[in-house]
Amino acid sequence: MNTTTTQNEWPLWEVFVRSKAGLDHKHCGSLHAPDAQGAIQLARDVYTRRQEGTSIWVVRSDQIVASDPGDKDMYFDPMEDKVYRHPTFYQLPKSVDHM
Amino acid sequence: MYTQAMDVGPKEERKTVRTVEEAELERRFDEKIDAGDFIEAKDWMPEHYRKTLVRQISQHAHSEIVGMLPEGNWITRAPTLKRKAILLAKVQDEGGHGLYLYAAAETLGTSRDQLLDALHSGKAKYSSIFNYPTLTWADIGTIGWLVDGAAIMNQVPLCRCSYAPYARAMIRICREESFHQRQGFDSLLVMMQHGTPEQKAMVQDAVNRWWWPSLMMFGPPDTESTHSAQSMRWGIKRISNDDLRQKFVDATVEQAKVLGVSLPDPLLKWNEERQHYDFGPIDWSEFWRVVGGDGPCNRERLAARVKAWDDGAWVREAALAHARKQATKEQAA
Repeated sequence: MNTTTTQNEWPLWEVFVRSKAGLDHKHCGSLHAPDAQGAIQLARDVYTRRQEGTSIWVVRSDQIVASDPGDKDMYFDPMEDKVYRHPTFYQLPKSVDHM
Repeated sequence: MYTQAMDVGPKEERKTVRTVEEAELERRFDEKIDAGDFIEAKDWMPEHYRKTLVRQISQHAHSEIVGMLPEGNWITRAPTLKRKAILLAKVQDEGGHGLYLYAAAETLGTSRDQLLDALHSGKAKYSSIFNYPTLTWADIGTIGWLVDGAAIMNQVPLCRCSYAPYARAMIRICREESFHQRQGFDSLLVMMQHGTPEQKAMVQDAVNRWWWPSLMMFGPPDTESTHSAQSMRWGIKRISNDDLRQKFVDATVEQAKVLGVSLPDPLLKWNEERQHYDFGPIDWSEFWRVVGGDGPCNRERLAARVKAWDDGAWVREAALAHARKQATKEQAA
């Protein structure tokens, strides 16, 4: 048996699929592939066996920059007390409430 | 397909010495679990939670991949083009399920190669149901009906698993799994309704052989299940082995009547008081023997996986070399 090291491992790609025209691409999982073209091909076989998509994006996982989950509270909680940003904050007379 | 093997790994000792900071992190983690929140890949989690998940998800992934072997055995000998196309699609699905699950396991910080090494070296387990042989065409329909049926029972609660990448993979898998069970039942129904006496006998023989191993797929009895309590606490597992097994028996007895086959258990009987079917004792010594490596096909299955991996090495290397060459060319241009 070969001893395997991560150097021989195909790089990891994140896969995004647009399920139909008019909708946005949505993250649906990841896979290993040697290059971009290979990633698109494998993504078709792994993630769209039942016409789940009309378009695929792939991006190298190590190229994704993400917010730090440790900063979650600091980043997102300040929006909590800004209820006036939502339409439901405003009580209007019944006759115009559907605006 | 599914692994019961999550319950059969060695029991690891929990680390008891923790820093104050770790204890606080764990308290917040427990709070999230209690509130029914999901845990994402980059969130803090106890080391034991991570280990448990890597073991369970990778064993589940291995089961999907090894599970391709018994069914793949019949692709070239399917009785009609229609059945061959269906079987090809199903086996391809199992491969896909394995890949979703490996990807989910990798989010926990274990590489694909490490996961595969664990399988190939025999360190990791896979569902022991795949160590039984597929002797006749009726085995293929029976696997769909019973084995995938048991898998679905097991897997639906996993869609609510606290670890989000696993739960998402399971939602995708469950959506596809229903086809697996239905095609199996359909194939058996055709043989039972339109088949020759020999074909009907073949179906009954397959059901006789797969019934008990299917019941074992739910894992050891609750009283002997080593990881159950902690997994329940963490929301990795939602329903106990015995409860799922009972649910499966209740559903399957009715289906067997429609099919016109008997189930090989003289003690199988409706219990009016419990509102469930009673069934006979399971031979757990057989289960442990097969888990331990001594089933009818253990060596053959593992050897086939190792051979496929080794034979594919030059393809993996060539694809990487090609990708590097293209990248260099692009840079030069």
